[in-house]
Amino acid sequence: MTRISDTFARLKDQGQAGFVAYVMAGDPDADTTLEMMHGLAEAGADVIELGAPFTDPMADGPPIQRAALRALKSGMTLKGVLGLVARFRETNADTPVVIMGYANPFHAMGWEAFVDAAAKAGADGVICVDLPPEEDAGLREPMERAGLSLIRLATPTTDDGRLPEVVRNTSGFVYYVSTTGVTGAAAGETAVVGAAVDRVREASGLPVAVGFGVKTQERAREIGRVADAVVVGSAIVDELAQQGVAAALELASGLAKAAHDAR
Amino acid sequence: MTAPNAFSKYPDAKGLFGEYGGRYVAETLMPNILALEAAYEAYKADPAFVKDFDDFSRDFVGRPSPLYFAERLTEAFGGADIWFKRDELNHTGAHKINNCLGQVLLARLMGKTRIIAETGAGQHGVATATVAARFGIPCEVFMGATDVERQKPNVFRMKLLGAKVHAVTSGRGTLKDAMNEALRDWVTNPDDTFYVIGTVAGPHPYPAMVRDFQSVIGREARAQMLDRIGRLPDAAVACIGGGSNAMGLFHPFLEDESVRLIGVEAAGKGVDTPDHAASLNGGRPGILHGNRTYLLQDEDGQILEGHSISAGLDYPGIGPEHAFLHDVGRAEYRHATDAEALEMFQLCSSLEGIIPALEPAHALARVRDLATELGKGKTILMNMCGRGDKDVFSVASALGVEL
Ligand SMILES: Cc1ncc(COP(=O)(O)O)c(C=O)c1O
Repeated sequence: MTRISDTFARLKDQGQAGFVAYVMAGDPDADTTLEMMHGLAEAGADVIELGAPFTDPMADGPPIQRAALRALKSGMTLKGVLGLVARFRETNADTPVVIMGYANPFHAMGWEAFVDAAAKAGADGVICVDLPPEEDAGLREPMERAGLSLIRLATPTTDDGRLPEVVRNTSGFVYYVSTTGVTGAAAGETAVVGAAVDRVREASGLPVAVGFGVKTQERAREIGRVADAVVVGSAIVDELAQQGVAAALELASGLAKAAHDAR
Repeated sequence: MTAPNAFSKYPDAKGLFGEYGGRYVAETLMPNILALEAAYEAYKADPAFVKDFDDFSRDFVGRPSPLYFAERLTEAFGGADIWFKRDELNHTGAHKINNCLGQVLLARLMGKTRIIAETGAGQHGVATATVAARFGIPCEVFMGATDVERQKPNVFRMKLLGAKVHAVTSGRGTLKDAMNEALRDWVTNPDDTFYVIGTVAGPHPYPAMVRDFQSVIGREARAQMLDRIGRLPDAAVACIGGGSNAMGLFHPFLEDESVRLIGVEAAGKGVDTPDHAASLNGGRPGILHGNRTYLLQDEDGQILEGHSISAGLDYPGIGPEHAFLHDVGRAEYRHATDAEALEMFQLCSSLEGIIPALEPAHALARVRDLATELGKGKTILMNMCGRGDKDVFSVASALGVEL
């Protein structure tokens, strides 16, 4: 068992949808991110997605683009991201941490070196946005050896012909992007999302987390009724940037409750 | 003729040129990329598609472009004979339109009702807007906010042509950010929109498709050289931004091993300074905009801004086929500085009566060395890929002249 599968097994036992919270490493600095990670875990986040900043985040909308630029300006690097995971693990042994980023920084460190360092730091999985199954052998194979989960994105454009390919060789959970578009865009229709979640769950045999566009408790509750977990990124990132840590954690706490109490 | 080599058989089925290229895109785009590839494979050899491309190339673009003996530059450089492939005489003033024509014709066949494009200096944006206007397809162009400010005449041209221009403020507001924004738009509108990429970069099939459309340059030039001097040139030279005019010139010569292929990157203030755009000479392999290739990047894999006096060359990557040809040694990649390009811009204007774009002025700087390197009796073919009308303001300002 892994931290991720333990977490989803526990949620299933409790009959609850999980809450996955995204935070950009180094936005606005490393210490704040560490405070956010611990705070998110306390606020009810079942999984933490830790963004690795990249200069060219082509699948992200303005909130996460801006967060990445702030993080890079603060001097955050991929090594720094892994350092944050290690510091988080000093006092939190349970909350899964998934590193979410783009291929080039991972590639620049070297796929194997990155996976080794991520495993050593105590990370549980990786989402590499611009690495479709056709291209991911270099990252996937060392991850399988290290027992880390490679988490893939499935989208509304992923048709039945393609879905089996997309979910093959994945573990942990599948991240369903509920709308065509970039992060922060409006969320899709709940009924449509529900049908898609069933399709992805069936094809993968894994829990399905749904994200892109969830901002409010109401929406988190709706998604929590049909998905195994609700992912919130841009809203937390924006709240942190505009109102600070306490406000961002309060928002996260409300969203966590909404997801947990959805059913 | 030398025995055929295998250099022209790439990419493979996965879109790889050796270890470069591929399809590094978010899952949302993957089905689109695969559909584009299927459509391109289906139509590229279709006689009706080829006929449309040829007819519009002739009547709308003005092809074939002439092959021209640059007699006075040949004399001035004192070595090999210098010939220009005159792609600056194309409609809209550069090679860019060859590719736009091919892609917009394909978009039409695919039933797409909206065209998007990225642009740096505005040349590709103008060419895309021009072809989109001709076929009555709405067109939106993404352009870095910094470039919108710097290239006002091209912004106005695009508007005249009916295109909507989006000033991109994300990132640092330059060409690579415009490309990110165009990709984001495509992710958001995958069904009705066709993304016309302006160079041999992006995910497969773009590098191969753009090369194929631009190869009209090399096919014509090869036949014209045989016709005019009865043999092939000893070297073919072109400037490199993303690499589309160079790939279009090189590809039909790949199996002619006697023809040296030489790409010229923008060295800006020098490849040993941070201010250049020479991905092969000053970068290393990485992943950006859908493909694996040489990139300007820091140790952490963050992408660096390119710099060149020529807005058409300051892209931090290079087409994956060039990365491959570089590694296997089939093509050579040199570089030229801002100062050299400025010198050649003036020299070519005064000696040949051709005001070159700043981009091919870079190529001309290396043609000068090569002319003496090869010596008299040898022949150099250079792609004059654009005219300099668009550059007169920036050149005047670089030379301290007030207009
Ligand atoms: C005249 C001209 N030459 C060259 C380039 C660089 O592009 P590529 O390397 O794809 O030919 C541009 C780009 O705008 C251009 O306008």
